[in-house]
Amino acid sequence: MAEPTGLDAGAARAWLLAAAAAVEEAAEQLTELDAAIGDGDHGANLRRGFRAVAAALDGAELPSPGAVLAKAGMTLISSVGGASGPLYGSAFRAMGKSLNPPGADPADTPADAERLAAAFTAGLEAVRRLGAAQPGDKTMVDAWAPAAAAFGAAADQGPAVAAAAAAEAAAAGALATVPLQARKGRASYLGERSIGHQDPGATSTALLFRTLAEVLAKG
Amino acid sequence: MKKLINSPDDVVSDALAGIAAAHPELRVDVKERVVARAAATRAGKVALVSGGGSGHEPLHAGFVGPGMLDAACPGEVFTSPVPGQMLAAALGVDGGAGVLLVVKNYTGDVLNFQMAAELAAEEGVSVETVLVDDDVAVQDSTWTAGRRGTGATLFVEKIAGAAAERGDGLAEVAAVGRRVNAASRSFAVALTSGTTPAAGRPGFDLPGDEIEVGVGIHGEPGRRREKLRPAKEIVADMLAAILADQPLESGEEVLVLVNGLGGTPLLELYIVYAEVAALLAAKGVRIARNLVGNYVTSLDMAGVSITVCRADAELLELWDAPVDTPALRWGV
Repeated sequence: MAEPTGLDAGAARAWLLAAAAAVEEAAEQLTELDAAIGDGDHGANLRRGFRAVAAALDGAELPSPGAVLAKAGMTLISSVGGASGPLYGSAFRAMGKSLNPPGADPADTPADAERLAAAFTAGLEAVRRLGAAQPGDKTMVDAWAPAAAAFGAAADQGPAVAAAAAAEAAAAGALATVPLQARKGRASYLGERSIGHQDPGATSTALLFRTLAEVLAKG
Repeated sequence: MKKLINSPDDVVSDALAGIAAAHPELRVDVKERVVARAAATRAGKVALVSGGGSGHEPLHAGFVGPGMLDAACPGEVFTSPVPGQMLAAALGVDGGAGVLLVVKNYTGDVLNFQMAAELAAEEGVSVETVLVDDDVAVQDSTWTAGRRGTGATLFVEKIAGAAAERGDGLAEVAAVGRRVNAASRSFAVALTSGTTPAAGRPGFDLPGDEIEVGVGIHGEPGRRREKLRPAKEIVADMLAAILADQPLESGEEVLVLVNGLGGTPLLELYIVYAEVAALLAAKGVRIARNLVGNYVTSLDMAGVSITVCRADAELLELWDAPVDTPALRWGV
């Protein structure tokens, strides 16, 4: 199998469709995690959002990976609600903009690992700015930040290897939220009682990086 | 779960269809999910838009009408509405004098309304926001998302709505709304969890003999669990928490809301009100106006919240002004 050159529009679509399928499958589990420390709708909300993303991508003329991610971001913002809608929506919009800066050639040049690393960092910055969350607050940042860092560190080995490293880091980051006390979002109201539960937002972020790694591994 | 629904995915749209059928004086856009007054906003009147997750009825759609809100945006159950919805509502009811957004302090509501406010401003609509954060069960610190907005939302929407109706400008309407929020404190206890249709089972486990003290309107707790005790003792603790945060002097006047969380009979709410009235009377505080009933609910959660708003002549005058909505009506 040839080493994939990066994320083109087709691969970006494949990622989002794989993410939609994974969210569908994990919705119960995400909702259960959220029921423990939030209000139990994270799975249902993301499922609604990614179903809308799959529908929005179906038949849409999106010439570049940036356009695909930006479209997904707008769709998430306009269909999810809650905190996860604006946060994930802004993250995908920021990644889309990073891959397709205004005025750039809209042609479908595959985003290489360096550009993808920059896009994940841009997505992370959007989430951190909007949610005012720091690493350690027990939020999706705790999965996204290590994933973006791992992707950047492994970027010279190509997108597939970098994505695999990012997926592993995101999963570890999600798991590492278990002993933390939530300081943002609805879980923060539980205070010390939020300790001992994995954060649902970090868990869904890990799921997104896992599906990216799976799609890029297929080349 | 035993609920009168058709499908968990359709509860909000099916309920909106019912609101439309029951209230011809409202304009219900089931697709955009906006409930607005049927009559256009009077030119020059500031418009009030609020919204939040569904499951808190009559908040907010039940407070749309003359003297209160111009439009409400119901989100999915316990999930904030989306910016497009709020933008559609704001553009639909702007009478040229601007739009006041009344937002409860929950991360999702704040983020989505913030985005909507930016979009509305880009469309040339003047926008102000009042953030409601009255719940003293949550310590307002850098370590949490801040105090939650609960029962005081009703006070803010009623009083700011009356200010808009009398012709105050956007800045003045926003200022009176912020003043009401600053003067209000709330505290809630839950006896049972509510059940969201999407989850299909109670949001949290609460043993039969325990109560959740300092609960929010989605069941998220703030302080602790304890054994069920006589209402007299529970109410004394709730009021003590409120007064510890906002002390009241003898001779002061207040608005009081004793609010059911959806699964508590009026019989129990009146028992709670009797205790609140007796405790405030003992301190020499006069309850100038009161409401007892289910106004800011959490689906079928059993429990009660108490909201106390320090009143003055202007706030009382605005409170007494006519209001004509599905859930609040007087003076008309």
